[in-house]
Amino acid sequence: MTAIPLLDVSGLTVEFATRRGVVEAVRDIDLQVAKGETLGVVGESGSGKSVTSYAVMRILDRAGRIANGSVVFSGVALHDATERQMCDVRGREISMIFQNPRAALNPIRRVGQQIEDVLRQHAQAGSLDIREKAIDALRQVRIANPEERYDAYPFELSGGMCQRVVIALALACRPKLLIADEPTTGLDATTQKAVMELIVELTRERGMSTILITHDLGLAAAYCDRVVVMEKGRVVETAASRDIFDHPAHAYTRKLMRATPRPGIGLRDLLPEGSDAQPIQHSEPGAPLLTVKGLVKEYARKPASLFARFSKTAREAAAVPFRAVDGLSFEIRRGESLGLVGESGCGKSTTSMMLMRLLDPTAGSIIFDGQDIGAIPSGAFAQYPLRPRIQMVFQDPTDSLNPRYTAARAIADPLLRFGGPMTAAALRTRCEDLAATVGLPLDLLDRFPHQLSGGQKARVGIARAIALKPDLVVLDEPTAALDVSVQALVLNLLADLKAQLGMSYLFVSHDLHVVRLICDRVIVMKSGRIVEQGTASDVLDHPQADYTRELIAALPKAPARN
Amino acid sequence: MSALPVQKSPPSAFAATLSHARYVIAGDPVTAFAFGLLALLIFAALFGPALVPYDPLASDTSATLQAPSLRHWFGTDQLGRDIFSRVVVATRLDLIISVSSVALVFAFGGLAGIAAGFFGGWIDRVVGRIADTIMAFPLFVLAMGIVAALGNTVTNIVIATAIINFPLYARVARAEASVRREAGFVMAARLSGNSDLRIALTSILPNILPIMMVQMSLTMGYAILNAAGLSFIGLGVRPPSPEWGIMVAEGAASIISGEWWIALFPGLALMLAVFCFNLIGDGLRDIVDPQRRT
Repeated sequence: MTAIPLLDVSGLTVEFATRRGVVEAVRDIDLQVAKGETLGVVGESGSGKSVTSYAVMRILDRAGRIANGSVVFSGVALHDATERQMCDVRGREISMIFQNPRAALNPIRRVGQQIEDVLRQHAQAGSLDIREKAIDALRQVRIANPEERYDAYPFELSGGMCQRVVIALALACRPKLLIADEPTTGLDATTQKAVMELIVELTRERGMSTILITHDLGLAAAYCDRVVVMEKGRVVETAASRDIFDHPAHAYTRKLMRATPRPGIGLRDLLPEGSDAQPIQHSEPGAPLLTVKGLVKEYARKPASLFARFSKTAREAAAVPFRAVDGLSFEIRRGESLGLVGESGCGKSTTSMMLMRLLDPTAGSIIFDGQDIGAIPSGAFAQYPLRPRIQMVFQDPTDSLNPRYTAARAIADPLLRFGGPMTAAALRTRCEDLAATVGLPLDLLDRFPHQLSGGQKARVGIARAIALKPDLVVLDEPTAALDVSVQALVLNLLADLKAQLGMSYLFVSHDLHVVRLICDRVIVMKSGRIVEQGTASDVLDHPQADYTRELIAALPKAPARN
Repeated sequence: MSALPVQKSPPSAFAATLSHARYVIAGDPVTAFAFGLLALLIFAALFGPALVPYDPLASDTSATLQAPSLRHWFGTDQLGRDIFSRVVVATRLDLIISVSSVALVFAFGGLAGIAAGFFGGWIDRVVGRIADTIMAFPLFVLAMGIVAALGNTVTNIVIATAIINFPLYARVARAEASVRREAGFVMAARLSGNSDLRIALTSILPNILPIMMVQMSLTMGYAILNAAGLSFIGLGVRPPSPEWGIMVAEGAASIISGEWWIALFPGLALMLAVFCFNLIGDGLRDIVDPQRRT
């Protein structure tokens, strides 16, 4: 480390005024970033990693304030700078990239204009060369055809493209420090790799410093020089990234590392040391439960613009429907868990929605236990006798719970519809049994979703899905919104429930490490078709298709365990 | 719905709502002021007729057109009736008209909007065109026409006021319902075996209630103004029954000759009522929204 760090945060304490009095979000944070260094800040949700970066940028919301400590950026004390001084620092000296690139861009302005706005704000360009400079900024983030992309609206670009534009925005004024707050969460593995490599490359080219805020130790390991581990608003460990993975000093760091899925381990290895869980019972898959044959889903294309409707070629192109799912055939056996893997847009969600009978297929059959359920319209299936036997756990535990239902009411919902006549007391007992099965403390049953943590909400969603003792459960990225330590618990719970209740799983995910842990067989999808299928170990350890190899290569290199 | 498992929740839902309401009201002085004003209006509507010093209909030819004094706080009108008594007694009629018309439009407009947004298709088109047709008229002129055609009664004022507010409710409810149509919890409700109608009523409706509440408080003020306006031009409530709009109309002619109090005090009451309902919206939303209850 150099003698004078670019950013020096010492003793930083941030407080928030809430209804229950003042709460300390972070306490006594010390961190330094040297010139040209990439620092990873790793922690789970609620660890205060984002609050720290907001405090540095002085963009805490109104209830928050810096109670103590100092933030010094190249000799300027940011903690008591005026708002006017901060306006000069933000964007020109320190830039920030946020988690959701689409939300960070103005949806109704062309991306080129948005870059020009930043350049103009900081007087980086005159009116003559501003367009050139904006296009140049797009070119530097490796956007192909920057002249054309200048005129694109954010909705016309993919998630990875949007994040590149956000990076272009952040770097337009050549800042000295870039703060990237979960820049690749929600992006596909291959896109994540491209975006991270871009950030690292640009940092190196310009001698910039970077703070990478992430929940993913693997990501921090792969791309950072040093790593700061935070827990509950405190820094618990700071070390060079190579050292931290060889000799994690703090118990929390070790716990995080254990919980991170990686090749060559079992599900139980994710749990904290000393947990006395029994080995997972493994059942041999039985007879086919669900057989899918030639499943197709087509969507009509819309003409791109008013003028296009008058052009013959455009009309003809629009007449050919878009195939989201293109002739899928596979089967799921009783007691088996099948992984469905692919990047966003590959049709895996459409497939799961059709299997769940929330969406009608264009062609093909879905045979469940000898009956073609694909022929029953999705509108009528809600009250069909087979409905209780196929259930689903949704990707976003917050979105999938009615904000006005308590946890008990949410779990009781399927029982009220299909459980037959039941007294209120019996219903309550059943809910409590289910809560106990999924490990949800009983005193949380009367809380509303916003009063529960992510892991607790996920448990409510699982309890609701298994309430009717289904044969098949579709798990649509059930742990994507969860912290790694919570993910470890939920994955183990799912594996135990499957053995206990004899269910089959269709596990939809883009996280290959997780799929390897929980699935017996894997299907890899691309553009609505199956590119490869086989047992989990065969597909993931000896991939045959190029696309599968590409997916596996894009995974951040997991930390080596001692 | 009858088997809601709530028997074990320690404080009852009502008590929790009450303590939450107290917190919201205490947290914001503007909300506290608005709710105080509302309490005053409700008090006047409930007990006003029993408490006022004079009979609001009794004329006293010996005391016509008196300026405000200790005997007559707001003065007297052309017939010697006590304006303070009339203003207080009028509260009941004005609140009845506005509350019932808003309740009516809340039920019909809200449900139509939810049906349009949630089911889409032809329901959406029908509801949308009805709303467009109503919006195409100058709304006050439409209300005048409805009352003139149906007859000059309180019921018809309520109906006319409800009809002209229909597009506001239907459109807000439609927009909010169509956003939630694809939400995860709606899909989860389908998986649990709920019919579409039940989903619309138990999953969609309660979740758009906070937004509808704001809409409700805004149109409440508008409904009072509309009722008073109809009475002012001679449609609607008929003299001699005390009503703010008529009283302003009766006093309007006398302002030039110097008897300003006849029109001023009922006008002030009208203004305060509208002001109160406009302010109350945000507070009401915070009370109804469980997300604010941390």
